[in-house]
Amino acid sequence: MMAHEAVEEQRQVLPGAESLNAERIAYLERLVSQARTAAAVFSQFTQQDVDHIVKPMVLAGLEHAQSLARLAIEETRLGVMEDKVIKNMVATEFVYHYVKDKRTVGVIREYPERNLIEVAEPIGVILSLTPITNPTSTVLFKCIMAVKTRNAVVFSPHPKAWNCCCEAVRIMRDTAVRHGAPEGVFSCLESHTLEDNAYLMRHQDIALIDATGGPGAVKAAYSSGKPALGVGPGNTPVYLEKSADLNTAVVDIIISKTFDNGTICASEQTVVIDDEIYDRTLKKFAELGAHICNEKEAKLLARTVIDPQSGCMQPMAVGQKATVIARFIGLSVKPDTKLLIAPIHGVGREHPLSAEKLFPVLAVYRAKCVEEALKVCVDVNHAGGLGHTAVIFSRNDEIIRKFGEVINAGRIIVNSPGSIGALGAVYNDLVPTFAFGCGTGGGNSTTDNVNIYHYLNIKRLARRTQAHMWFRVPNQIYFNMNAVENVRQFPSRSTIIVTNPALERIGHADIVRHCISPETHVHLSVIPDMEPETKVVLDAVEALKFYKADQIIALGGGSVIDAAKIMKLKYESPEADLEELAAPFLDLRKRVVEYPTDRVNRARLIAIPTTSGTGSEVTPFAVLTDKERGRKVTLADYSLSPDVAIVDPQFVMSMPKGLTADTGIDCLTHALEAGVSNYASPYTDSNAMQAIRLVFKYLPIAYEHPRDEEARSLMHNAACIAAMAFSNASVGVNHALAHAFGARFNVAHGRANALMLPHVIAYNAAVPSKFMPSPYQKGYIAHKKYATVADLLGLGAGTVEEKVNKLIAATERLLDQLEFPRSIAELGISREEFERTVPELAKTAYDDPSWRSNPRMPLMDELIELFWKAYQGRGLAQATGTPRQQTV
Amino acid sequence: MGTVAVWRKIDEECVVSALQQAAERLDSAAGEVVLDFSSVRRVDPSALRAMVAFARTADEKAVKVVLCGVNVDVYKVLKLVKLTSRFSFVR
Repeated sequence: MMAHEAVEEQRQVLPGAESLNAERIAYLERLVSQARTAAAVFSQFTQQDVDHIVKPMVLAGLEHAQSLARLAIEETRLGVMEDKVIKNMVATEFVYHYVKDKRTVGVIREYPERNLIEVAEPIGVILSLTPITNPTSTVLFKCIMAVKTRNAVVFSPHPKAWNCCCEAVRIMRDTAVRHGAPEGVFSCLESHTLEDNAYLMRHQDIALIDATGGPGAVKAAYSSGKPALGVGPGNTPVYLEKSADLNTAVVDIIISKTFDNGTICASEQTVVIDDEIYDRTLKKFAELGAHICNEKEAKLLARTVIDPQSGCMQPMAVGQKATVIARFIGLSVKPDTKLLIAPIHGVGREHPLSAEKLFPVLAVYRAKCVEEALKVCVDVNHAGGLGHTAVIFSRNDEIIRKFGEVINAGRIIVNSPGSIGALGAVYNDLVPTFAFGCGTGGGNSTTDNVNIYHYLNIKRLARRTQAHMWFRVPNQIYFNMNAVENVRQFPSRSTIIVTNPALERIGHADIVRHCISPETHVHLSVIPDMEPETKVVLDAVEALKFYKADQIIALGGGSVIDAAKIMKLKYESPEADLEELAAPFLDLRKRVVEYPTDRVNRARLIAIPTTSGTGSEVTPFAVLTDKERGRKVTLADYSLSPDVAIVDPQFVMSMPKGLTADTGIDCLTHALEAGVSNYASPYTDSNAMQAIRLVFKYLPIAYEHPRDEEARSLMHNAACIAAMAFSNASVGVNHALAHAFGARFNVAHGRANALMLPHVIAYNAAVPSKFMPSPYQKGYIAHKKYATVADLLGLGAGTVEEKVNKLIAATERLLDQLEFPRSIAELGISREEFERTVPELAKTAYDDPSWRSNPRMPLMDELIELFWKAYQGRGLAQATGTPRQQTV
Repeated sequence: MGTVAVWRKIDEECVVSALQQAAERLDSAAGEVVLDFSSVRRVDPSALRAMVAFARTADEKAVKVVLCGVNVDVYKVLKLVKLTSRFSFVR
């Protein structure tokens, strides 16, 4: 803040307490102890209590504004008495105006929409270092802030402003205690040594150091290891741009730079003036009482008021009148000269007057263009003023904003005086302060105008929010025998039927074709019956473009429908980057990538499943194989969901037994996993439970009697209903295990699911070794959900554990009926081979996103254990250690 | 000889005098003194000083001091001034 402070304090290091005698230590301990007691007692005070104390303190400060200013002038010999009176009044009246209605005790702010409450916690004991430049105003300001926030302060004033500060502290303390503040709330060090400061800065009961002063004091505060508010020096650049109101600008700069003889560290230091207005500006300054130095005088001034060794200002000039400085250096000026203005031609040590000058000497620089002006301002900003204050006078909003971007200053004052503007609440809506945070540029922890909130620990009371959930499915689903006829109602000029060779061969594609209006141009896109490959899909997109399709009918199993979803995406939004869209995510609503909403084409997607398992006709998922890169791309977004689903059992009547079993168990796994998922909701539960009921009842019939129309129809519905559940609740660890195992050993997805299913039910029903964080569920309920399923199936039993075991047994019976292998071993995989593979399988399963909605967080060891259980086979899974034995 | 416990109610209006009187009557024969703070809603610096003095006297006479009915605000003050270790608390 002050150059001569800086010079003095450059020598300052943090000495230890070794040099303090026992008496002095006892004295310091007593001060801190009193303050600690006061702060502790203060913690019981209400908002009303502190407000009752603050107001009389402010009135006392106002009453003594003049006497304290006089004391400060007499003691420091710096500044202007009248201006110091104003400072004392701003420090009390303006600060009071800002704090009077602010809550600083208990709950201080509430955000009902965020379920958040902020609660104030006092800091405790604050060690406050106050400067020579604004001694009494800083004390008044800090006392008011401290009481408002229920803190106690030990003051350590600048040694050359000790008397006036002690008096200010005394006035504040006496008034505060008289109105109920705890005794000991403020104390002031009697006399002052650097050793005292060092001792106090390290004291365990000092909670915060608030150091307003020179760089030495600030550095010492930050070096102490204590939390600190350190606010230090500045070097305020001013850009006087050609569009500015010159009259206002010149008067404002004179007001600011001469205020208290320039002792406020936010005051203007170098004014960069556009070439076009330079001469007029200087003329205006001269008319209003400034002395414009010629080159020779400027050099003389630079040599005299700036220390050539340190590049800092000479202490003798600080806070002195322009005429005093002129007389001192032998400069002849008019007796009413307010300001000495010296042209400079650059910034830095070679241009001494570009440094901070806390006295009425102002450097001016002639800039040829905006670019040059901004650069010079940046130079001044970086020459000791980083993070502090800058000023611009301009009517050009673009230039003002640019200035705000390139200048690093906590306060950028626009079209008003820098010093008084930075103090806040006079010329602008900045928070009133006597301590300017300078951010990291100034080695400070804040860029704020230090205020009451810096004297508080603000606690956030965060209530649990009720997470928003969703249930999204295609808005049209047609089901039951011959539902395909509904295709007729959808108008289309050009339709592409996407299917596979087998379905084309057995005439399914023709059935669909006959349901399309004769006016529609229909084309067939036959793709291989396997997980869609990128190339196949992109080729098919070309067909869509060629025929200008407005409707896509996907007829097939999951792979055909998935292919059609991706075709539609690339047809409508050719720019869609499938790799990017497949980026992993934790929460669908917070994912990084966004699916395209701009569409160059539009096509309706009608999905007609020909298997009863994947449910792809209603899901927002699609899996693509990128053979060139040897990887799978999984896409998930509700924009992928088909527009229409047609669940017509005529297309599954000829499904072979094995496929019936595989897809049926896939459907059951979807429903069971969605049922216990952390994303489960009453909406998904109703679908999951109904699907489970249908599978247990009709899958064995459909398996044994493939032509049973009712069983086929209800299993076809079950697959779709389960898919509606898992589209919104997702799946779980069973799928993660099955994906890894199925891919490694080329085992059909449903079959792989079946091998894991009983073991996963037992696993999820037990007390988790690690719970999965979930804002969507309250408590651990997976075991209860399974018990509810057991009840739904009428399996009997009393306790939750018994019910879970009944469900496991019923699942195993179903798998036996469907003639699934009972174990991985039964697939002919040797124990040795499996043992070699299991660690990699566990890693792959762990990387699978499916388990993220599982109620229990699977640990790597647990995944391995589950694989081994599946290897050993059915008849072993038992629910043990469910969270609590209870009936549902 | 068996331990004798002495129970004293502390009134918020006169914490200091109540503690001073209690300190004067502290008897080494009493193994324990229970101070009932249930009617004390707040403490001030003088009360804290009196508590420190009382704890010191009790230490000298080897009497255990138990505070009962201390509300959480007062308890927090005792925590902040690091006085909780000088007393036992009954909730």
